[in-house]
Amino acid sequence: MNQELAEILTPYKGRRGSLIPILQAVQARLGYLPEEAVVQIARFLGTPESEIYGVLTFYAQFRTSPVGRNLITVCRGTACHVQGGARILAELARRLGIKPGETSPDMEYSLETVACLGCCALAPTMVINTEVHGQMTTKKAAELFSEIEGEGQG
Amino acid sequence: MKHVEDSTHINPRGTVFVCEGTGCISSKSDQVRAGLEGEIARLGLAEAFKVKPTGCHGFCQQGPIVHVELEGIFYTHVRPEDVREIAESHLRDGRPVERLFYRDQVTGAPIPYHRDIEFYKKQQRLVLHNCGNINPEDIDDYSASGGYEAVRKALLEMTPEQVIEEIKHSGLRGRGGAGFPTGLKWEFCRKAPGEEKYMICNADEGDPGAFMDRSILEADPHSVIEGMTIAAYAIGATTGYIYARAEYPLAIRRLRIALSQAQQHGLLGNSILGSGFDFDIEIKEGAGAFVCGEETALMASIEGKRGMPRPRPPFPAQSGLWGKPTNINNVKTLATIPVIIRLGAEAFARIGTAESKGTAIFALTGNVANNGLVEVPMGTTLRTIIYEIGGGIPDGKRFKAVQTGGPSGGCLPEQLLDLPVDYETLTQAGSIMGSGGMIVVDEETCIVDLARFFLTFTQAESCGKCAPCRVGTRKMLDILERITRGGGQEGDIDKLQQLAETVRDGSLCALGGTAPNPVLTTLRYFRSEYEEHIRNQRCPALACKDLVSYYILPDRCQGCMICLRNCPVGAIRGDKRLVHVIDQSKCTHCGTCLDVCPPKFGAVTKVSGEDIEVPDDPIPVRPSK
Repeated sequence: MNQELAEILTPYKGRRGSLIPILQAVQARLGYLPEEAVVQIARFLGTPESEIYGVLTFYAQFRTSPVGRNLITVCRGTACHVQGGARILAELARRLGIKPGETSPDMEYSLETVACLGCCALAPTMVINTEVHGQMTTKKAAELFSEIEGEGQG
Repeated sequence: MKHVEDSTHINPRGTVFVCEGTGCISSKSDQVRAGLEGEIARLGLAEAFKVKPTGCHGFCQQGPIVHVELEGIFYTHVRPEDVREIAESHLRDGRPVERLFYRDQVTGAPIPYHRDIEFYKKQQRLVLHNCGNINPEDIDDYSASGGYEAVRKALLEMTPEQVIEEIKHSGLRGRGGAGFPTGLKWEFCRKAPGEEKYMICNADEGDPGAFMDRSILEADPHSVIEGMTIAAYAIGATTGYIYARAEYPLAIRRLRIALSQAQQHGLLGNSILGSGFDFDIEIKEGAGAFVCGEETALMASIEGKRGMPRPRPPFPAQSGLWGKPTNINNVKTLATIPVIIRLGAEAFARIGTAESKGTAIFALTGNVANNGLVEVPMGTTLRTIIYEIGGGIPDGKRFKAVQTGGPSGGCLPEQLLDLPVDYETLTQAGSIMGSGGMIVVDEETCIVDLARFFLTFTQAESCGKCAPCRVGTRKMLDILERITRGGGQEGDIDKLQQLAETVRDGSLCALGGTAPNPVLTTLRYFRSEYEEHIRNQRCPALACKDLVSYYILPDRCQGCMICLRNCPVGAIRGDKRLVHVIDQSKCTHCGTCLDVCPPKFGAVTKVSGEDIEVPDDPIPVRPSK
């Protein structure tokens, strides 16, 4: 058994309803849920892998492929929608050359959407890694993008 | 400015509150706070002023917000570079910094004091009273403002039955949306046979456009813990769960801090306050599924399963989490409980209308001047909320609709603005109170596209268990997408109506039961807009991308090349001092040319359902007069 995973799993031994917290903890460590991890979780819980895939594909949070070094999440909430959020998303998709839900081939960027960040008074919003950016415009998106690019090279 | 000068004579001893909600932090309020602390120390003012981080004020649009007590000066949009001026001019010299005052959204006049701001003035902050006024990470701050008095009173002076009677008497109804009487819900669970019972706080605020629960959890987490403890005592539960959205990391962090403080202070754990009542709370993080806001789906998710609803009965009060009697209340409902116990049911019931007691909290957003959290007595009209508190529609545009209740709610038109907001009137109008999202849209929002937007969401979030919701939302979305793309057909409106009614009546849970509301209300109030799309391929709001065209007006274009250079698809031809021409076959209707055309030229126009006379090829620009 993979030592790193075992460490994550041990505290959950014998606890009811721990599948989702386990998946969250593993994803937090590995960035995604690789097949090997799912196999190991299945053994640990004594649950069929199919059931674990049933759960992890149900929830938007879980991913089965690795995420890029920079995760850009655009809010698609209602307030963001009426304030032009769709154009921010389109502009980012165009710049990155990937669609929402995809990762660039060089693993530099992942583009995702979220149903609502709850920062509606700052609409439209987006998150770069963990930092929330509000009152976005396509121009501001382009500037932020250049900033990350700069950091990447430096 | 007279009264500001007067205030400078007051001995400047007080607290500087810096908002550290998610919104303000995104505009660097954490740096503002650190900067203020540093400046106060540098200027030797540490004796006179202390800096206190607070949770969300609910006025994120104006953030970062810095609020100085005693005088009540309210600064907006404070940047880290403004900190020195605030410290030197205001805190040291007693001269508040006028350029950072809030400006009235309508008149533009600077308003120095918190108490004079229209946005706050018309509100009655009963449940939100701590938001922005206490440090959410400090239990003593919460206690100093009356916190944990209610739990003391309930656990030490009242029986569980008396607590339930008090809540029933207050008339409180569930703030999660459905509006079921809270006291009654508690009583069902209390009376359900069984030793082991569960108390759950539903903090899975999944409605796009709603952030009331986030604000409360970030700004006043102890109020939710106190409310839960009282509820658990009333129903006889010893274990509690807070099911919180993973998208709210700050709320979860503050909840964890609050839980551990409450445990240390003997306000959670064994024999709370020596009452003999044991109760503790665990946080469960959601994993991104809107349907988990539905109570049976939420319980399935806590159990570690796919979050799919099941038929009721049995209701959770009989058979809930792990088959045991369970009570689930929303964050706002629980934050209201301590208020009721402290004020007394009668005082609470005096606020509001005959059927809807107390206050309602809305997240007012969209095309409205003041965006933010609004708490008003039930029965306040939509007009008061949108125009007096919200400051109306900005940029001289016209009001078109207000959407309450998020994707489960409806779009209400101008003629219903005088509707008093409570559970019954909103339901009669075809919308719902919902959990409190209130999105205002102006004339530039297409109503059909808005309905499509909501359906996109509910269709994606439908768990797929029952056919009416799974298939019906897909079919409705297909039709709406077709209409917004110009492929609408005669009969589409009838088909939509029929599908909507079937989904509403045939779905298992509230997600499907309410998903058609945006369609049903827009068909009811904005039918002509659908007809324009279907019959004339015209979007009156000029919003549906496939139904609009962009043209460059030859008598305005100065041949400056800006749009040409910015067009992402190279659809614009022209040259210096030549009128530019958009190749309609290449244009993707992205609108960049309209955005970048200098306002003094205003040469790009957007139309729907009409053609504009323009030259086929670039021609020399007309000499300006």
